[in-house]
Amino acid sequence: MTTLLTLALILVAIAAGGWVLRFAGQKATGNAPAFRDMPFAVAFGYVLGACLLMFSVWYFFQPTTTKSGVPNAGVVFFRWAVQFFIISAIAAFLFRALGRMVGTRGTKKMFRQMPLTASFGVLVVILYALTAIFAAWLAPHGQEEVFAKVNVLPGGNAATGGDPLHPLGTDQIGRDLLSRLIYGAQNTVGIAFVTTCLAFFLGGSLGFLAATLQGWLDQVLSRAVDVLMAIPSLIFALLLMTIASAWAGSERWLLTVYMIIIIAVIDSTRVFRLARAVGLNIVVMDYIEAAKLRGEGLGYLIFREILPNATAPLLAEFGLRFCFVFLTIASLSFLGVGIQPPLADWGTMVRDSAQFINFAAFSPLTAALPLLAAGAIALLTVGVNFVVDWMLHRSSGLKE
Amino acid sequence: MSALVEIRDLWIEGRSDEDWSPIINGASLTLNKGEVLGLIGESGAGKSTLGLAAMGFTRDGVRISKGSVKFDGIGLIAASAAKKRELLGKRIAYVAQSAAASFNPAHKLIDQHTEGPVQHGVMSRAESMKDGIELYRRLRLPNPDQIGFRYPHQVSGGQLQRAMTAMAMSCRPDLIIFDEPTTALDVTTQIEVLASIRDIVEQFDTAAIYITHDLAVVAQMADRIKVLLKGDEVEEADTRTMLAQPKEEYTKSLWAVRAFERPQKPAVHTGATPVVSVQNVSAAYGKVPVLHDVSFDIHEGRTVAVVGESGSGKSTTARCITGLLPPTKGVIEFDGKALPANYKSRSKDQLRQAQMIYQMADTALNPRTSIGDIIGRPVQFYMGLTGKQKRRRVEELLDEIELPAAQYIDRLPSELSGGQKQRIGIARALAAEPKFIICDEVTSALDQLVAEGILKLLARLQDDLKLSYMFITHDLATVKAIADEVVVMKDGEVVEQGPKHDMFVPPHHPYTDLLLSSVPEMDPDWLTNLLNERGVDNIGDAAVDKMT
Repeated sequence: MTTLLTLALILVAIAAGGWVLRFAGQKATGNAPAFRDMPFAVAFGYVLGACLLMFSVWYFFQPTTTKSGVPNAGVVFFRWAVQFFIISAIAAFLFRALGRMVGTRGTKKMFRQMPLTASFGVLVVILYALTAIFAAWLAPHGQEEVFAKVNVLPGGNAATGGDPLHPLGTDQIGRDLLSRLIYGAQNTVGIAFVTTCLAFFLGGSLGFLAATLQGWLDQVLSRAVDVLMAIPSLIFALLLMTIASAWAGSERWLLTVYMIIIIAVIDSTRVFRLARAVGLNIVVMDYIEAAKLRGEGLGYLIFREILPNATAPLLAEFGLRFCFVFLTIASLSFLGVGIQPPLADWGTMVRDSAQFINFAAFSPLTAALPLLAAGAIALLTVGVNFVVDWMLHRSSGLKE
Repeated sequence: MSALVEIRDLWIEGRSDEDWSPIINGASLTLNKGEVLGLIGESGAGKSTLGLAAMGFTRDGVRISKGSVKFDGIGLIAASAAKKRELLGKRIAYVAQSAAASFNPAHKLIDQHTEGPVQHGVMSRAESMKDGIELYRRLRLPNPDQIGFRYPHQVSGGQLQRAMTAMAMSCRPDLIIFDEPTTALDVTTQIEVLASIRDIVEQFDTAAIYITHDLAVVAQMADRIKVLLKGDEVEEADTRTMLAQPKEEYTKSLWAVRAFERPQKPAVHTGATPVVSVQNVSAAYGKVPVLHDVSFDIHEGRTVAVVGESGSGKSTTARCITGLLPPTKGVIEFDGKALPANYKSRSKDQLRQAQMIYQMADTALNPRTSIGDIIGRPVQFYMGLTGKQKRRRVEELLDEIELPAAQYIDRLPSELSGGQKQRIGIARALAAEPKFIICDEVTSALDQLVAEGILKLLARLQDDLKLSYMFITHDLATVKAIADEVVVMKDGEVVEQGPKHDMFVPPHHPYTDLLLSSVPEMDPDWLTNLLNERGVDNIGDAAVDKMT
């Protein structure tokens, strides 16, 4: 009861604050339009935001250990998050400033109009791509190399259970986590990229074909896609993977190939839907009619007339689909049927150290172990989505 | 007495990319109570922006940089949001061009009608409903007691536009801004809407700003006319003076547009084989019949204008000729030989001989393809030219349509104006070196001056290249300008056909007569005279309905 009462009191106080803010603003600025036409809800929002900001600052500077010597995990994680946020923002800002100074006129203009979120997304995508390509040079150790020390904590500080040799620690059987994270970028991201491309090739070409020809072909393809989409995708993938692992036998690389095909087919159904819908909007245009009346063939219609006008929505979908494929692979690996050990994979890494999350209240550093790989997944997902949002915004032609 | 609306030295800017470019440069206007001011100009002249500014409103990405707007002594630019809310809808109302897009499709007309009065506390809901029905009656909507209980998609375009006017009247405003209210309507529908709007504005002594690009329309509606060009004020005078003695060159050129007319060509000697012959064609969409027994011939070097209102089957006839819609009965002959009904079974050469130019140049040109490629494709496809030869041919074609090749060949369609896009459409058709071109409402989306340029170009090309045109249009001024023969269609049937000079001289078929008499003329008394002559019930859709 007292919690509810406190909450109500705080809300009333903020509401009063909002009213005072608006009134004071009107008096102080001589009734400037910004304050004069300000709705009460907006004033309320300003005060609420200011209160939250003050609370965050206060919480950030709380001590990291309580008086009894137990670490204050909430504060520790909050500090990490805030520090990471600030560093990302600065990095994105610098990256954008750099893009505005170097490059061609076109790219300079692009960077000038780019919001900070998009430049952060682009930066993340570039960094991941570079990491994946140059993994063998960047990683200090091999992904399968086993060391004597197991379960070294991250941080590289011997006093807190770390080891300078392994800045992010080691796992249960003593493999260097930093190296495995870097190789994981290659395996997980690389395989996800190949899978997404395959899904787009399949779904896109069939979707455009259905949109252009219509009639019975469209019906057959669309109903087949409906059937595939009716089955929950992760469970369907699991089922097929079980069958595939029986086929693959001891050939582990074959299982990875099967996985790529299975996920690509399942995800191509979504691409098919989109490509067909976008294609249907384009085939009714007069320029398609003009091309048909000219006597153009199917290939020209699809690749020269329809595809160039469908790139914006398809690219945006590519970004989103990439995230889903990537998460599906991570989930399958987490469940043990995806990318096979000893290859490093983020999903598997999260699974292997998942139980350490229970130590969060006593030792935040231990709990950070599973969060490293999970964070790598989350960061890429967020980054790609920022880029996709930006591209959607640009293709919709909206300003501001 | 002070003026109702006073705009002084108003400057408005719009955001383009990163900086602000001017839209209105120092416009001033005064509007007295009960007066109607016509604002005319081409697209991009800033008429709508100025009209909206009279409400103290600007669209997103547009701002007022200088000047003052006063409504009944209240400065609208500095007014608070609350103050504006009090005025807009209650004392100032707005009627948009597309009523279909302005009504909420999910609510009944009368519910949307009562919203304003109830919100502003002018009337109770019941009072406003009663008043709405009364307004529907005065605007001569059919079945006024029930029509308000329909949804927007259940009434026709012209009726919707009148319902919108009724809605604007619901609070008895002092000022209504009409933004091209009849531009999207057929002539016979337009005349009805014009008559109703004029009546109701007079009855309630409402002041109005009437925005349009059609001079003949504004001549009927306005007491005074103001001409705008690219954000600058050209001149202003009362309607009669303006029509009789325009001062500025630009105004004179606007007035002269309708003077373009090709001389009638001598009759084709009997026995000549027509280029295209449509013989007893009937067609249907699914099971719905749309064409009944349509026949006409198009001879070499001649233009046949197909005239009719929307839904009369003009474009369907074109689809039958191109083979997109195989007819259910009848044949299409080309040079005396029957064409396969479906375009898929026609040979490449048959396809090449008949080309098409579309109404909306925006959707007729692939937005991702450069001008050079758009025109170059048929050159390569039909003529087999590649590389330098192809480029030279494209340059020739651009020359033909009076666009400098070096400047335009690498541009995208979005970098061209509406008239230029339409020229590219013409060049693409010419690239196939056809004998016959179908022009589907090619000028109806263009400003009058630009449209005249396109018509002159088409006429010149016809003389140079001996082309035959099938010219689909609903605009009789265009017919007068370019046609040799006229085919009048109604409900999928040919009502009347013959040489142009016969069509414009009585006696007519009653439907042709109605079409002809519904085209507004530059005479400010035209509408009044017509109404006196025929009576309110014998114009527009009502008259069309009587005929069937």
